[in-house]
Amino acid sequence: MADRFPDYDVLTQRDTPSWNAATREVIDARLRLGEATGLLTAVQIATLRALAERIVPQPEQRAPVNTVALLLASLTDATAGEGYRPAGLPPAREAWARGLDAIEAEARLVHGRGFAALPPEAADTLLAAIENGTVRACEWQQLPPRLFWSWRLLPDLVAAYFAHPSAWSAMGFGGPASPRGYVRLAADRRDPWEAAERDDGRLLPAPFRNRHAR
Amino acid sequence: MRADALTTPRAANGRAPDVFEPGGWVPMREHREQDEVDFAIVGTGAGGGTLACKLAEAGFSVVAFDAGAYWRPLEDFASDERHQAKLYWTDDRIVDGPDPLKLGSNNSGKSVGGSTVHFAMVSLRFRPEWFKSRTKLGYGVDWPIDWREMWRYYAEVEEALKIAGPVRYPWGPKRPRYPYRAHPLNAAAEHLARGAEALGTDWAETPIATLSAPHGKAHPCVYRGMCVIGCSTNAKQSVLVTWLPRALAAGAEIRDLAMVGRIEMGPNGRATGVHYHREGEWRFQRAKNVVVAGYAIETPRLLLNSACSRFPDGLANRSGLVGRNLMVQLNQAVWGQVDEEIRSYKGPPSLAINEHWNYADAGKDYHGGWAYMSQGPLPISWARSLSGGRGLWGRALIDEMARSNHSVGLKMVGEVLPYAHNRVTLADETDQYGLPIPRVTFAIGDNERRMVAHALDFMEASLEATGARERWRETDDTCHLNGTARMGFDPETSVVDADCRSWDVPNLWICDGSVFPTVGGANPSLTIQALACRTADRIKELSRRGAL
Repeated sequence: MADRFPDYDVLTQRDTPSWNAATREVIDARLRLGEATGLLTAVQIATLRALAERIVPQPEQRAPVNTVALLLASLTDATAGEGYRPAGLPPAREAWARGLDAIEAEARLVHGRGFAALPPEAADTLLAAIENGTVRACEWQQLPPRLFWSWRLLPDLVAAYFAHPSAWSAMGFGGPASPRGYVRLAADRRDPWEAAERDDGRLLPAPFRNRHAR
Repeated sequence: MRADALTTPRAANGRAPDVFEPGGWVPMREHREQDEVDFAIVGTGAGGGTLACKLAEAGFSVVAFDAGAYWRPLEDFASDERHQAKLYWTDDRIVDGPDPLKLGSNNSGKSVGGSTVHFAMVSLRFRPEWFKSRTKLGYGVDWPIDWREMWRYYAEVEEALKIAGPVRYPWGPKRPRYPYRAHPLNAAAEHLARGAEALGTDWAETPIATLSAPHGKAHPCVYRGMCVIGCSTNAKQSVLVTWLPRALAAGAEIRDLAMVGRIEMGPNGRATGVHYHREGEWRFQRAKNVVVAGYAIETPRLLLNSACSRFPDGLANRSGLVGRNLMVQLNQAVWGQVDEEIRSYKGPPSLAINEHWNYADAGKDYHGGWAYMSQGPLPISWARSLSGGRGLWGRALIDEMARSNHSVGLKMVGEVLPYAHNRVTLADETDQYGLPIPRVTFAIGDNERRMVAHALDFMEASLEATGARERWRETDDTCHLNGTARMGFDPETSVVDADCRSWDVPNLWICDGSVFPTVGGANPSLTIQALACRTADRIKELSRRGAL
């Protein structure tokens, strides 16, 4: 799909009244965040990287999202997890380690090679098998596939990806908004610091209207 | 922003954080642990924080404990969903049963002020008949409290929080006008209003606990839209910025980062104080009365974890009902796409409400009521709805997220009946304090399924009437926690009496949503606070009579 918010970058608001000091500190650190080491093996990381590419594929024209780093951080940072888990699933870090092993084993069982080496269609078919609980590798006996899919794999990856400003820009989200907030709340009304959406029928193109979105 | 709040207690050395000033402090009276304080209160949310204020103002000595941090929202809160997870209860919990509950951000707070720091601020009165649902409506159980008495306490809380709401509320008996004017509708709320009118029902601006005019040191709402991750401008009238500053001024002590693990019982069958974990060690505070206000998971957990030789099944549990009758509320939604830009991230998420089906009974094939409200999900929350609720991932998810500004939705808050098999028990595993963690078992019943079917049809008709296409249903969400230590008329069928005093241990009280016998189709926070105000008045009266 064509970018609906061309030239809109929520980060241009960093030094405006829409971002308080706490927000700047948090987001600055997020943009710099590297991948934590020692949590997962090299093979598990490779599987995770390929998995993230299938679940939350990055639009080409947008700044890269460090999804893997954000996911790994949520396995170490005490305040980023959610605590609760269904009976039958181990705590998040253990579930992820087992899940990535099981995905890799499934790929080798079905396709004779690792998940990271699968072509996109085969990878997606394999993921659909996890979603539907029709996987075959014996590693899944230690990890109910549908529980892992719906309580860990999807929500954790999606939460990691959409924590990044690049993802906010692509969806035209106003982003951080304290203390300035918003003035125009009605339909089709936009504050100057909100993204203008692409509309080829309009006289002034979105990039022109977006030049004040800060 | 100061990260120390999560590691070092701030309320100490004769002072507590001033929530209205970055880096500010207010004086705080402190009590020695060997001194027997009048009330040790476990939890500082809608129940415990409100009660701490009211009891301190009545002249009782009060120490209120909270496992969470003492935030100053103006300097500590970022506009960021991920970071603000620091407000949620994220300690280990196991969920099971046919419909395992989602906890965390959904319904569990861990900070001074409790989950009111991140609640959506919807402040509704219960329908009067709900207080006698068995007698008047033929389901559930009756409350041991008359609705007219609650009506007076609702007014007190609405005034204290300066609730913003309409001049005339369309449903229920006459009530005073709301203290502050209603907020303007955002585009999502306008869809609810137009849809309700098309379907021939009333609608209203939602009575909501965020300011539409200044109140003390707090400024009006700026429509930042991030209410459910913590208000960084203090417009939200949470317990943190309303009752607790009053409590401190009246001489209450608050202990943050203080996890209460056990209530100590004396040989005479009365509680003698609480064991709590703070700054790396277990400590003990003596108290004449103990109030448990940890919400419907931590309250039964503490009572069960406090089992002793005299009470081997846990405290206040002669009826066997501690932990039972857990009630969430149904939180299903219908979403659709419209041509115009909605941008529902602006303004409080639920600015318009329809309570029609809380007050109308004809034509229902189920018991209970439900309301629905307009919605304003933030990106992570919305992406989880689309992935978990609609099954989108990959390119389909990214493309759908790019259309978010045109999404509009309606979400119900629906009554769940009390079922004894929905319950909180203790698991074999232990947490970072060495305490057994809670296991939360839940199943939705046929009554609830019929209610959901009706609500989803009605909400979808509303969206269709206002032009929403590509409609889809999010069917598995729940919210709020109530009912695991119900109040009632006798010790055999309830845990506490109408004063929220336990039948079994005369100086043990419960003050939170746990005591609800039924939950209705309205968000519970206003009722919890009203009950806390009533409990404080009852305690004053009992004290005056020498009956504490």
